Amino acid sequence: MGIGSDMYRQQIMDHYKNPRNHGRLESPTFTHTGENPSCGDTITMDVQLADDGETIERVAFSGDGCAISQASASMLTQRLPGTTLSELEAMDTDDITEMLGVDISPMRIKCAVLARQVAQDGAKIHDGEIEIEQTKTEDGDD
Amino acid sequence: MRVQESYPVDVDAIRADFPILQRKVGGDISTPGEHDDDDTPLVYLDNAATSHTPEQVVDAIIDYYHGYNSNVHRGIHHLSQEASVAYENAHDRVAEFIGASGGREEVVFTKNTTESMNLVAYAWGLDELGPGDSVVMTEMEHHASLVTWQQIAKKTGAEVRYIRVDDDGRLDMEHAKELIDDSTKMVSVVHVSNTLGTVNPVSELADMAHEVGAYAFVDGAQSVPTRPVDVEDIDADFFAFSGHKMCGPTGIGALYGKRDILEEMQPYLYGGEMIRSVTYEDSTWEDLPWKFEAGTPPIAQGVGFAAAVDYLDDIGMENVQAHEELLAEYAYDRLGEFDDIEIYGPPGDDRGGLVAFNLDSVHAHDLSSILNEQGVAIRAGDHCTQPLHDKLGAAASTRASFYIYNTREEVDALIDAIDAARELFA
Ligand SMILES: Cc1ncc(COP(=O)(O)O)c(C=O)c1O
Repeated sequence: MGIGSDMYRQQIMDHYKNPRNHGRLESPTFTHTGENPSCGDTITMDVQLADDGETIERVAFSGDGCAISQASASMLTQRLPGTTLSELEAMDTDDITEMLGVDISPMRIKCAVLARQVAQDGAKIHDGEIEIEQTKTEDGDD
Repeated sequence: MRVQESYPVDVDAIRADFPILQRKVGGDISTPGEHDDDDTPLVYLDNAATSHTPEQVVDAIIDYYHGYNSNVHRGIHHLSQEASVAYENAHDRVAEFIGASGGREEVVFTKNTTESMNLVAYAWGLDELGPGDSVVMTEMEHHASLVTWQQIAKKTGAEVRYIRVDDDGRLDMEHAKELIDDSTKMVSVVHVSNTLGTVNPVSELADMAHEVGAYAFVDGAQSVPTRPVDVEDIDADFFAFSGHKMCGPTGIGALYGKRDILEEMQPYLYGGEMIRSVTYEDSTWEDLPWKFEAGTPPIAQGVGFAAAVDYLDDIGMENVQAHEELLAEYAYDRLGEFDDIEIYGPPGDDRGGLVAFNLDSVHAHDLSSILNEQGVAIRAGDHCTQPLHDKLGAAASTRASFYIYNTREEVDALIDAIDAARELFA
């Protein structure tokens, strides 16, 4: 099969097997963790901002879970540096599927967007907009 | 005669009754019902979630809508009378199927197993449970009973207890003896586990419940579709199951209850159909089972449910069970060939027709996505047994579940698809 797989194209598998920016930052501006309770996917995002307090400088992730959630986090750590918090805030699901470059089946969307959600919630907590311990995606699994 | 030699049921003939098994999958899912771009043959191994519906059942539903669609118990007109007779008879037919000698008075039609559970929890539990009482369940309970009793216990101050599952996926019956005591008012246990495939000794558990004056509620969602069940042999006080897992339509299930217990219970839903007389001040209730079936019931689904039971009886539930066991054992053995596969639950020759497992290197959701790309429909997730998965140390698992139309070749297709996933992730 290999090449025949629609969702598990080379790029996804590459990021899953060789995650980029995997680990923790030494002095992140903020850190946040989230999970998909039903899948057991967990992701922690460390984000370091530039001196302007608005531009994302470095991102690292750690976590555990399915290939889609982990590859998505890995790609996001490459994508975010250079963007601003308000650009992060504006990222939607389409941006993530575009970044992944594959069609994500509806049941797997929550795996794909977990990292983005964690980064966004982390930023909101940092800005004092919300107060939560952990991000939990909706439990769509039965 | 090849088929009859190799399977307890005539698989070829049965498959011909299920047009959906001929379809292909893999195309655009945003246009349900349009299959032009589908190109992968379907291997359906998600029967514990829902089974498919044979033509005979669909025909019975079409006959109802084309021939005698009408509201029941309301009209004096001809159609309403025909519909009422069919709907009432469906209760008798389902009662007979599970060995309920009280007939329709002991079988309430509900939406599904979950609603049957909630009916008893609300109609009986809220009134009868309180501080100092306990409800005993098992660690392998489906959320349908686990969450329901857990929440009713919170409302009433009762305690919930869980009978331990041992390393082989069987109930620790010594622990059951410890837990079921004078405080116990309800023992609510799953008959066949939808995750482990374990067949629990429900008759023994019912005896233990009765010894302390408690009721026994058996969740038969996975047992009634797959084996002969006699609720009176089990001596269950309540028994719940769903039509959609046994060749019937969605939207219908049943609650069996012993007649004298149901008679004592207050209604769960109020409204039309369930009342005898109403004044502005008060109301009285209809006879069983209508007292528990408020509002216009699922009439077409009830008719379809009875047709499903006819269909299964024609095959013979002993044969259904033998076929299930044959495939479960075959799947268990084939999956067992691989060191990187962990199978949950008891050995292959002692389980219902499903196998849940994990592949070391591949997350259950990735595996199911990759299997899906090859047309193999299985279930990945916690299968509504989240606490059990926590205990197993797995957030999710992959489950293949079989029914009368499945074959060894389909199990082989599953194994091949797993191979492909293993390769992709290597
Ligand atoms: C053991 C068990 N109990 C209860 C249920 C709930 O059935 P339903 O969703 O039809 O209410 C299921 C199936 O999902 C099950 O497998």
